[in-house]
Amino acid sequence: MTENSERQAWMSTLAKAPAADLARLWEGLGLKPEHEMLRAPEVGAVMVRGRTGATGAPFNLGEMTVTRCSLRLGCGAVGHGYVQGRNKGHATNAALVDALMQTEDAGRVREGIVGPLTEALVAAKAKRRAKAAATKVEFFTMQRGED
Amino acid sequence: MYVAVKGGERAIENAHAWLAEERRGDTGIAELSVAQIREQLSLAVNRVMAEGSLYDPDLAALAIKQARGDLIEAIFLIRAYRTTLPRFGASEPVETDEMVCDRRISATFKDAPGGQVLGPTFDYTHRLLDFKLAAEGDLPDAPEAAALEAAVPHITGFLNREGLIQTEDESDATPPDLTREPMELPASRALRLQSLTRGDEGFVLGMAYSTQRGYARNHAFVGELRIGTVEVEMEVPELGFAIGIGEITLTECETVNQFKGSKTEPPQFTRGYGLVFGQTERKAISMALVDRALRWKELGEDDVGAPAQDEEFVLMHADNIQATGFLEHIKLPHYVDFQSELELVRKLRREAEGQEAREAAE
Repeated sequence: MTENSERQAWMSTLAKAPAADLARLWEGLGLKPEHEMLRAPEVGAVMVRGRTGATGAPFNLGEMTVTRCSLRLGCGAVGHGYVQGRNKGHATNAALVDALMQTEDAGRVREGIVGPLTEALVAAKAKRRAKAAATKVEFFTMQRGED
Repeated sequence: MYVAVKGGERAIENAHAWLAEERRGDTGIAELSVAQIREQLSLAVNRVMAEGSLYDPDLAALAIKQARGDLIEAIFLIRAYRTTLPRFGASEPVETDEMVCDRRISATFKDAPGGQVLGPTFDYTHRLLDFKLAAEGDLPDAPEAAALEAAVPHITGFLNREGLIQTEDESDATPPDLTREPMELPASRALRLQSLTRGDEGFVLGMAYSTQRGYARNHAFVGELRIGTVEVEMEVPELGFAIGIGEITLTECETVNQFKGSKTEPPQFTRGYGLVFGQTERKAISMALVDRALRWKELGEDDVGAPAQDEEFVLMHADNIQATGFLEHIKLPHYVDFQSELELVRKLRREAEGQEAREAAE
């Protein structure tokens, strides 16, 4: 994994994780890093696009709510949070985690926050996949009365 | 035209207070929470998100509560809220090929790779009222089975390999946005799809049904219908690369339509496309049928004068907020307008009576 793709992975996890889960794990870690806001948490929208026939030209499907936040830690690391929904605390926590993941605290933060959040998302997805799999049709051919 | 009339303030205030009371209903019955609406009326929430054109289940649930369950009123609230949000940008086009499917069926290929996965569907239920739901019942656990990990390929991809179906032109052009510029006709397919995906479900369904009954019939098969989650990614300028900013549920329908060929195209299957926020199956199928009907010009088909082929008719009437706004405004005071109409009718009657009197005298 390149440095970018690793960061992409944790930022994406932070965006999708339930705000309450992130808040609980953040509190649990007990880190209170000094930081200054570069962009105070802000609620906005992103236009989601699809493709015609799934493969053709893009078209505008509709917007989704997104909250973003940027901050700088005392050590200089800059963190960005882009999270789904309208929870400003979620965006702030995501930006703090993103910043700390670029510092020597990365190991602790990965173990205490990013890891568990990723696992929870994977588990939730696996559960849905398993339920879907149970509704898969198993065709069998009835014997024809022709012989 | 309507003019401002003073004097209604107290009546309006009291009407709104009564509205709030009626919304709450019998206070002896527990109040409905927004979370309950989000979790237990999720298909209503999905419709409000799709037609409100804003993906946010909590907001849609709040709007439904505020609107007392009037979904068009709820959609109106969401549209109004949407305009207050700054737009951070546009996402990369979502990859429905990588959708984690709850449901995925094909009406054209029994043995489609990936299989027929029914998901949490109303299909095959008997449509008999279930009185167990009226009593507090136990919740049965949904069975589970070993999950398939691989992403499920699109069915139209297989037909594509044989060249039997029209291919979509690849492009990365920035699509037009009808929420930013007024819709211009003739509309590109991208603009038509944006209009249809946020269009009124009932209207789009009616238009689609009309094609099935013979008004521009286009012999649609549901090549594939899938419902599931996709990741939304956006390029973030301050980072210089794209990141996942969330995950949304979508319903996608691809129709495969019979096509005998035309002046410009060889005989092959053609396609209609539907993609809608949330689990919104009826709407996605309807959208695909109407999309296909509107493509008559680019496929070199004849204009048979059917309503579903008439782009102006379909696109200008699909939006329930525009429609209800114009429709409902006629109940607002038109006293001055009507006064002049009254004067006009009186004048015409006087003239007619005068004419009769003259004729009688002659």
